[in-house]
Amino acid sequence: MTNEPSIHVDHDEAGANIEHGDHENAYSGLLVNDAHWAFGTDFEDPLAGVDTTVPSGVDPKDLAAYCLMLGDDALVFSQRISEWCSSAPDLEEDIALANIALDLLGQSRLLLARSAAADPSLVPQLPEGSPVPDEDRLAFFREDLAFRNVRLAEVPNGDFAEAVAKILIYSTWRLAIFERLQSSRDSVLSAIAVKGVKEMSYHRDFAGRWVLTLARGTEESKTRLLTALEGLWPLWDELFETHPVEASVAAAGIGVDPAEVADEAGVILDQVFAAAGIERPERGALAGVRGQKGRDGLHTEALSKMLADMQVVARQYPEGQW
Amino acid sequence: MTAALQTPASTVRGDSEDQRTQVPAADHHTAEALDRARVAAARVTDPEMPMLTLVDLGVLRDVAIEDGRVVMTITPTYSGCPAMATMRDDLQRELQDAGFEGAEVRVSLTPAWTSDWITEEGRKALKGAGISPPGQAPQHTGPVVLTLMPTKRALTCTLCGSANVKLSSEFGPTACKAMYQCLDCLEPFQHVKEI
Repeated sequence: MTNEPSIHVDHDEAGANIEHGDHENAYSGLLVNDAHWAFGTDFEDPLAGVDTTVPSGVDPKDLAAYCLMLGDDALVFSQRISEWCSSAPDLEEDIALANIALDLLGQSRLLLARSAAADPSLVPQLPEGSPVPDEDRLAFFREDLAFRNVRLAEVPNGDFAEAVAKILIYSTWRLAIFERLQSSRDSVLSAIAVKGVKEMSYHRDFAGRWVLTLARGTEESKTRLLTALEGLWPLWDELFETHPVEASVAAAGIGVDPAEVADEAGVILDQVFAAAGIERPERGALAGVRGQKGRDGLHTEALSKMLADMQVVARQYPEGQW
Repeated sequence: MTAALQTPASTVRGDSEDQRTQVPAADHHTAEALDRARVAAARVTDPEMPMLTLVDLGVLRDVAIEDGRVVMTITPTYSGCPAMATMRDDLQRELQDAGFEGAEVRVSLTPAWTSDWITEEGRKALKGAGISPPGQAPQHTGPVVLTLMPTKRALTCTLCGSANVKLSSEFGPTACKAMYQCLDCLEPFQHVKEI
């Protein structure tokens, strides 16, 4: 590998860096032993030792495309929520949002790794010797039009009311899908869903409680919440539209047809609205472009900007060791 | 000496233990090595909650010897658990120190980790460190229930023992913990969430 930064540090018996004076570098110790970092910096396969054999009766390409859709939803929404880091109204909510983003990032990592294992041709090619693992290649080296997330996930952040409204809508929809996905014939998807259900139950409760608090708080908090819901509502219908890939994996007993969970998710959301004393917004659905929407790779401009921000460092150093 | 892991991966563990008792001569060396490997693995602690061993946490599911190499299986507590790589490194380092070169660590996603797997020892260790141990994990049979009121847990303050405590956040400094405050002694404390 060329141009790889290399720093050599000697240690004394206690493991402390021995100063040489000629190349003093405050960060040098960090590159010696991954354990010096909070949680290590090296890559490992999140599916190491997991059987990723594609079950019979499903086209591996469909399975991979489906995992990419679910993985992109979680990745893009995780990135959006993590933009809140250090900006939430108080420390508890800041940490809560970071926790939710982390859960979604973990789900995304597994889903993208599963996608890559099912169809390696999806994974972007990088220079030989690049240490970037498959799931990171998918996350950081695809163009905006290759992303398959629903457009709700990419909506730019507004105020805190917008954040909790968006998390409520996303987790209500997603939980309904994951509850069914637990019985997927694909053991990897099933395992991801079982864990995801536990995690997202906390996310939905968190967001639901905040929606209640804001709706029953002050005129200002209620107005902000209603404004946020009005703004997000045009993206509700898209969550339950069936893409041909979803129809195919649902028929194979591998995936879930989102149209099937529309009623159930609507009922849950209406329960929150009823408890909060607010009405379901009445806004029509945001149209696609020539019928194409998020699942087809057609996105709003916001996604491109978000990805530019998210991907720039990884793309600059495709052979970088972190 | 028995170093049986208190984990639910009993089928796999059972197999290896059966082998140990059934074949006294040829595999005696392997059985002895397996014991040593288990003892070494059982020493490794959780990087975020160092008062717990990975066995106490229920994350270390199995230790086996395959083709002369130690293979350990761990399962993530949460999908995004950032400590998995460190757990793997720590396990490999501990095994290396115990004389086992090139130990392998595998990830198992099924069955999913639950806080119910934290051992009695682990619960005591958590309490001792001022962290409230989890109650029984919710059973997800049928649709997940929406809970719009704060989760009710029968907890006591880890400092003064008062039951007069208040949930401040379901999300704490690590993915697996919630934040509480005691309304009597005012001490904030962490609670390992039921999942």
